[in-house]
Amino acid sequence: MTSTEPLLAIRGLCKNFPGVKALDQVDFTLQAGEVHALLGENGAGKSTLIKVLTGIHGRNTGSISLDGVEITARDVAEAQRLGIGTVYQEVNLLPNLSVAENLYLGRQPKRFGFVDTRTMRRRAEALLRPYGLEIDCDALLGDYSVAVQQLIAIARAIDLSARVLILDEPTASLDRHEVDMLFATLRRLRAQGVGIIFVTHFLDQVYAIADRITVLRNGKRVGERAVADLPRLDLVQMMLGKELSAVEGSRKHRLALDAEPRISYRGYGRKRLVQPFDLDIRPGEVIGIAGLLGSGRTETAKLLFGIERADCGRVSAGNADLRLTGPRDAIARGFGFCPEDRKTEGIVGELSVRENIILALQARRGWLKPLSGREMREIADRFVARLDIRTSDIEKPIQFLSGGNQQKALLARWLAMDPQILILDEPTRGIDVGAHAEIIRLIEDLCQHGMSLVVISSELDEIVSYSDRIIVLVDRQHVGMLQGEEISTAAIIRHIAADGKAQAAQ
Amino acid sequence: MTGRPMTAGFTAGGLPSAWRQSLPQIIALAAVLLADWLIFPDFFQVRLQDGRLFGSIVDVFNRGAPVAILSIGMTLVIATRGIDLSVGAVMAIAGAVAATLINGGHGMAIAVLAALAVGIACGLWNGLLVAVLDIQPIVATLILMVAGRGIAQLITEGQIVTFVDPSLIAVANGSFLGIPMPVVITLAMLAITVLLFRTTALGLFIEAIGINRLSSTYAGVNTRIVLAIAYAWCGLTASVAGIIAAANIKGADANNAGLWLELDAILAVVIGGTSLFGGRFRLLLSFIGAIIIQAMNTGILLSGFKPEFNLIVKAAVIIVILIMQSDAPALLHGRYRRWRDSPAPGRETPERQAGGGAA
Repeated sequence: MTSTEPLLAIRGLCKNFPGVKALDQVDFTLQAGEVHALLGENGAGKSTLIKVLTGIHGRNTGSISLDGVEITARDVAEAQRLGIGTVYQEVNLLPNLSVAENLYLGRQPKRFGFVDTRTMRRRAEALLRPYGLEIDCDALLGDYSVAVQQLIAIARAIDLSARVLILDEPTASLDRHEVDMLFATLRRLRAQGVGIIFVTHFLDQVYAIADRITVLRNGKRVGERAVADLPRLDLVQMMLGKELSAVEGSRKHRLALDAEPRISYRGYGRKRLVQPFDLDIRPGEVIGIAGLLGSGRTETAKLLFGIERADCGRVSAGNADLRLTGPRDAIARGFGFCPEDRKTEGIVGELSVRENIILALQARRGWLKPLSGREMREIADRFVARLDIRTSDIEKPIQFLSGGNQQKALLARWLAMDPQILILDEPTRGIDVGAHAEIIRLIEDLCQHGMSLVVISSELDEIVSYSDRIIVLVDRQHVGMLQGEEISTAAIIRHIAADGKAQAAQ
Repeated sequence: MTGRPMTAGFTAGGLPSAWRQSLPQIIALAAVLLADWLIFPDFFQVRLQDGRLFGSIVDVFNRGAPVAILSIGMTLVIATRGIDLSVGAVMAIAGAVAATLINGGHGMAIAVLAALAVGIACGLWNGLLVAVLDIQPIVATLILMVAGRGIAQLITEGQIVTFVDPSLIAVANGSFLGIPMPVVITLAMLAITVLLFRTTALGLFIEAIGINRLSSTYAGVNTRIVLAIAYAWCGLTASVAGIIAAANIKGADANNAGLWLELDAILAVVIGGTSLFGGRFRLLLSFIGAIIIQAMNTGILLSGFKPEFNLIVKAAVIIVILIMQSDAPALLHGRYRRWRDSPAPGRETPERQAGGGAA
């Protein structure tokens, strides 16, 4: 660590949301002329930290100082004035204005009170030249690729006197060449003394560009290390909070390889979503899908369920090829899917618990064969009792239930169909401890009765305890399949960390 | 009580009380009718003449029929989180088709069935744009709203096509058991629609799609088909209203038939408590909404006010009805109570102090 005064220093930062400590005594320092990666899984507090820094959220306690002077930005514009510029994954410029207009929005050069377009264009071209962008500044921003738009956003932020540049997942939608272009710019800015905070999920990129790493987990700072002193394995452990020596779950992992697969995917994939993969789903097995955030877990689930259409490969049951062009096809084959984002993809908020539970069943029966009121209530009551869904009334709109009870109602929706294959995307996220345990018990119970389950989870202990096989995903690619005795959190972490380059040796 | 949000029936824990939810509309209807009666004491007087009922109150239902019928189909479309701006133009097309065919020597049945079929086709076109091509409903139906008048004019060749066929004219001027035919048709459409959408699962699917289309799709609801059905039914109701409107003036006027009625129909649905954000719908309440609008029109006409006042009074009454339905009274009341009870700082104040102190 250098002895110089840090450019940006955050001390003891706390931020509470109702019922949640989003940030808990977080320290963070950024030196001038360094790229500092900010890492952590979903809910670790990265975006909250950035939002507090840029004034979108207030803070409860703690201090932020820039060049030794305490600052409190009240909004993004003020943060920018103070010298903190932010570029998001979705570029927050205006695609329907020209490149030059975007660069000089709110500070256009004027001539006789009118915008001096010619000067503006000339300045814009000069501004972008060091970034290697020889583009037409009169063209609409939206006509350029996301990568170019990002460079333009960076150029604008830097030109607006940013000494601290925050990049929030800038590379998520870029291809390899575009990432190289971005990194060249970052290196140049670093050499000029700009401090860069780099948020990403791609570990390869962290090792390619970052000087130091700060890892957050559950709103706390786990640690700050120089990249050179932190092997990938240690980094993944810091992020996931697991010790390699941890004792594994006691459940015996069954090898169900002898059974005929219910459904087989071969070379199944979609460009920019998930690399082609093979997968057999057999009766009575639990397949876990593990990987870091953004590794393609949810995308895999959506491909399996037909929400995303594959552009290569085929899917078959027995000897017959299947058409899987949408959820209805999958449901007809006995699939069910509980999505990660319950609110926008799962529940129908204003409909009652009863209607939410019978929705999929009714959809399969068709609109001409409505369930009678008695049948609906009977089904709803049965599952409310079986899954212990806590609601005062089955006619209550489901949006008023707690997260855990919403999740159970969604499970009930599929169990009412008596499915053969159930895909659960983060079934235990954001729900209380009691419901958590019940859902895990239910998963184990269901597969004992011959149902096949595909479960995605960031909770490695959890996934290790109930899975018979585990697929490990890295960078939208299925990099490994663990089964039987191979299954352990350590093995998963090793697979995640092993991806990429020479670091694998460590 | 009327100021409670619509969900009050659920949050109280009991079964949703249909009556309690309908209260704002019923009170509004009663108030408008009462005002009509005060202005015009003979308002509720009904007499039987030539086997048909006459009187101001009968007139409200009779004249309100086209908007009431439109509001039935519009309710379904709005419940899917859509809107159909083209119904006025579809009315003109249906009227033009019926009038042209009847003058071409075709029978009453052919003329009416063809007009209804054209209405359904128009609805399916809208459904195609919205459900398959994913065009925003307001833009998708605007296309037919504009083009529809042109199509109607092409059919009538720019003329007002008058007709004398007594059976077609009877659609507007006839009666059944003393009740004017438009009222009979309105009630029949209401009954058929309730039957088709409430005794099947279509109503549930429409509500589910309106609230959360993605969740519905993932649950296996065939959202495209359901959307197409809703728009097709809306087109059908528009063509029914169009035939009545044409029969009423014994002619098809491509320029003026159903002009601006889409707005009255949307208003009727909104007064009936169906949210423009989709979801729960109540067909009967939309019908009451249409009657409220017509009762206001008739009342202002009877009062002898200048017609100019009509629109302004209407606007004022509508604002009152909408405020009654909304959460606003409860929110205002709550804010007033908080202000009265506790001048103490809110929850965020310490945070602000911390933030401000650091500056």
